[in-house]
Amino acid sequence: MNGKRIVLCKVISILFLVIVLSVFGVTAFADDSSGAAPISAGDTAWVLTCSALVLLMTIPGLALFYGGMVRNKNVLSTMMHSFISVCIVSIVWVLWGYSLAFGTDISGIIGSLEFLGLSGVGTDAFSGTAIPQLAFMVFQLMFAVITVALISGAIAERMKFSAFVLFAVLWATFIYAPLAHWVWGGGWLQGLGALDFAGGTVVHISSGVAALAAALVLGKRHGYGSENLSPHNLPFTIVGASLLWVGWFGFNAGSALAANGIAASAFVATHIATAAGALGWVAVERIYRGKPTVLGAASGAVAGLVAITPAAGFVGPISAIWVGLGGGLLCYAAVMWKSKLGYDDALDVLGIHGIGGTWGAIATGLFASVGGGTGLFFGNPNQVVTQFVAVGATWIFSFVGTFIILKILDMTIGLRVTKEEEVLGLDLSEHHERAYA
Amino acid sequence: MKFIQAIIKPFKLDEVKDALIELGVQGMTVTEVKGFGRQKGHTETYRGTEYQVDFVPKIKLELAIPDNLEQKVLETIARAAKTGSIGDGKIFVSEVNTVIRIRTGESGEGAV
Repeated sequence: MNGKRIVLCKVISILFLVIVLSVFGVTAFADDSSGAAPISAGDTAWVLTCSALVLLMTIPGLALFYGGMVRNKNVLSTMMHSFISVCIVSIVWVLWGYSLAFGTDISGIIGSLEFLGLSGVGTDAFSGTAIPQLAFMVFQLMFAVITVALISGAIAERMKFSAFVLFAVLWATFIYAPLAHWVWGGGWLQGLGALDFAGGTVVHISSGVAALAAALVLGKRHGYGSENLSPHNLPFTIVGASLLWVGWFGFNAGSALAANGIAASAFVATHIATAAGALGWVAVERIYRGKPTVLGAASGAVAGLVAITPAAGFVGPISAIWVGLGGGLLCYAAVMWKSKLGYDDALDVLGIHGIGGTWGAIATGLFASVGGGTGLFFGNPNQVVTQFVAVGATWIFSFVGTFIILKILDMTIGLRVTKEEEVLGLDLSEHHERAYA
Repeated sequence: MKFIQAIIKPFKLDEVKDALIELGVQGMTVTEVKGFGRQKGHTETYRGTEYQVDFVPKIKLELAIPDNLEQKVLETIARAAKTGSIGDGKIFVSEVNTVIRIRTGESGEGAV
């Protein structure tokens, strides 16, 4: 209890310090807006719309997708993970996350603190675009939000809410922000020429691998392998997957950062790959298990979405079919494989986001043909090598970093609820509420 | 007086109820229950994880009847609830010692 208080106090004092610093920063910057590049109304409208679409992915999309897959005693707690991620990561991003990711590059590793508290982030065009930097900032904010929320699928039904809150702050700061910097903020992976259109490495591999680390550190749910842990409301999950599909157009097509041809190309590739991913999963399920499941269709669609994410702006429509289909099939295999390995990644975050993201990143190196990328199948074998480097770096960094963060939290405030609380259900034990009266 | 407990398939409830009302049965109590007999359960699969569900949803129908209706009621339930496949259910019959209608306080067959 004492250790928990000390950690909380430290977090609060750091927050306070940053807020004070940023107030000064903003005042110093306020009148620095002359001689700026022109702002495009169309581009700005598009990116702001897409930012809202990416928020839709997390709430209610992911909240429903995950909420339906847990037991009815944990549905509120699971949906709360997504909801509170939106709130926590948004504040972290504004205070220091954005600056660490997109501040002036320091040795390819991290951004400077120049944008602390959004100091200097205003209505002028963001470099290389015709949208205000604030629009770019909020679009990126939504990405940071969903990445943290995605991890919550691995720790569902057993993690203490207080531990999740602190984890969200630490993970967004020490894992997400550096990775976003490496790939998009002028960091070393961007320097190498790694292609990641909308976040295959930054969002999906990183959250998927973090999920594996989390599942290993937390341990299995009580009753895993012996009790019936089946989903309590698959219609929630289907609605959630469908909202993810819709919101993902913002995620991928919005990553063009302009209302242009690349956005249209990414939009089309995203839709095609999703359809192919769902069909791939359902088909292989029909062949090996005899019945095509609805959960399989939803999972396959998400697998297709994940796979096309790094490739969306770089591949043509027929390549998108292969990328999506590959995502559906590989993620199906990964999810089947999990039950043999015996770790309890409750809602298959590694199987879908980690594996789908890995396939997508490599597939980008194979199929890239438009939007400035050229892959192996179009005459540039080096791209695949670069993609492997990006994938490997993300796997190692996210796994090791997440492992350390969770071990520290486990030693200080503890990660898991008690067995009694777990059996009672987290809705009651952590929130004093029930989903269904 | 007899007390009848019938475990039947849920989708047969309406047929059984209508047939019993036609016989002149005055009331009944219905509960959604789970259980298994020879039918055993079924298998569910979620992302490849298979769960054997042992307890199958059934309907428990309870009614008290005068002795003279016993044979007809048993035949009617058995006929209306029958599909011919495994899992059609069972009927249990027991003696009733006393029945009291709470509103009036009357007892015996008149209270059924």
